[in-house]
Amino acid sequence: MGFLTDRKRVTGLGAARTGTDHFWSMTVSSVALLILVPLFVFTFGAVLGEDYDTVTAYYARPFPAIVAILTLTVGFHHFAMGARVMIEDYLHGLSRKIGIIAVTCISYAAIAAGIFAIARIAL
Amino acid sequence: MVQLTLPKNSRITTGKVWPKPEGATNIRTFKIYRWNPDDGKNPQVDTYFVDMDTCGPMILDALIKIKNEIDPTLTFRRSCREGICGSCAMNIDGINTLACIYGMDEVDGDVSIYPLPHMPVVKDLIPDLTHFYAQHASIMPWLETKTNRPAKEWKQSIEDRKKLDGLYECVMCASCSTSCPSYWWNGDRYLGPAALLHAYRWIIDSRDEATGERLDQLEDPFKLYRCHTIMNCTKTCPKGLNPAKSIAAIKSMMVERQV
Repeated sequence: MGFLTDRKRVTGLGAARTGTDHFWSMTVSSVALLILVPLFVFTFGAVLGEDYDTVTAYYARPFPAIVAILTLTVGFHHFAMGARVMIEDYLHGLSRKIGIIAVTCISYAAIAAGIFAIARIAL
Repeated sequence: MVQLTLPKNSRITTGKVWPKPEGATNIRTFKIYRWNPDDGKNPQVDTYFVDMDTCGPMILDALIKIKNEIDPTLTFRRSCREGICGSCAMNIDGINTLACIYGMDEVDGDVSIYPLPHMPVVKDLIPDLTHFYAQHASIMPWLETKTNRPAKEWKQSIEDRKKLDGLYECVMCASCSTSCPSYWWNGDRYLGPAALLHAYRWIIDSRDEATGERLDQLEDPFKLYRCHTIMNCTKTCPKGLNPAKSIAAIKSMMVERQV
């Protein structure tokens, strides 16, 4: 524990002077998802249950493909930021740092895989 | 990892059942958390029976009656008895509130009383609020000015004064901060709703000239942004204040100066 004053414990290393970017980015991506998710549901739902050729032909069109790519990208970016907040809430020390790195890698891998898959269908 | 279960020496056991008052017909049962740092035992919940015909209407009246007439070792803080000092904050029937302004009629059945959650306990119903008070001190709860002191008072318009309503009334009872899960898990770094409400009170004070510095000191993923708008603070505040709204306003000002 050490002989630290309570004020010293509260001050810690001082304010990080960051956090607003993260907060604003979460807000912006939330608004973007508010538009993108319904668009994705309607475009994806339009070919749900159709045969393979119909679906590939549909996703070869720019609008459904771009909507899907944007939803995946913004969605997983939003997920990475949100999961980071949860990890910061519940994990401490080294596990916090490892958790943040892991969730960031998983999110960007999911974005890359999604874009690759849609590009293969669309092009 | 946050600690989701109580450590072994904090697990609550069944305590003593005190005798019922003789001849009383209108009896209320109180189950009260007891812990004595000197006896080395785990905390326990004692059961007391209070004659309501000879007791005042508030929870604090019953606690004082128990201390005076049944068990003088029961320990709790109290002072003003009218919701101004904030001393008697405790968890009553699952709600953080002030015992002096919480009516007996607001609780159905037995009355359970515990200290404020997730704080170190000094004894019985007394939490250690040292860190909480240090957090309050860290937000500089005073008027900061750079202009030379005026000959008379620092003037403030009626409209600007009205902005402080709903903020200056906070009595620092800690009910809000100790009801906040973010404060439970990260109370060492997150300032908590009470300190942030006070921070906002000085940020929007038209006479204060340290607005930028105050925002600088709050801009931190933990000090401010641990608030996830859970709203327990606003729900529990015994004074009817809205700390969550103050925190949202601070966040809004942070964005305002960047975007």
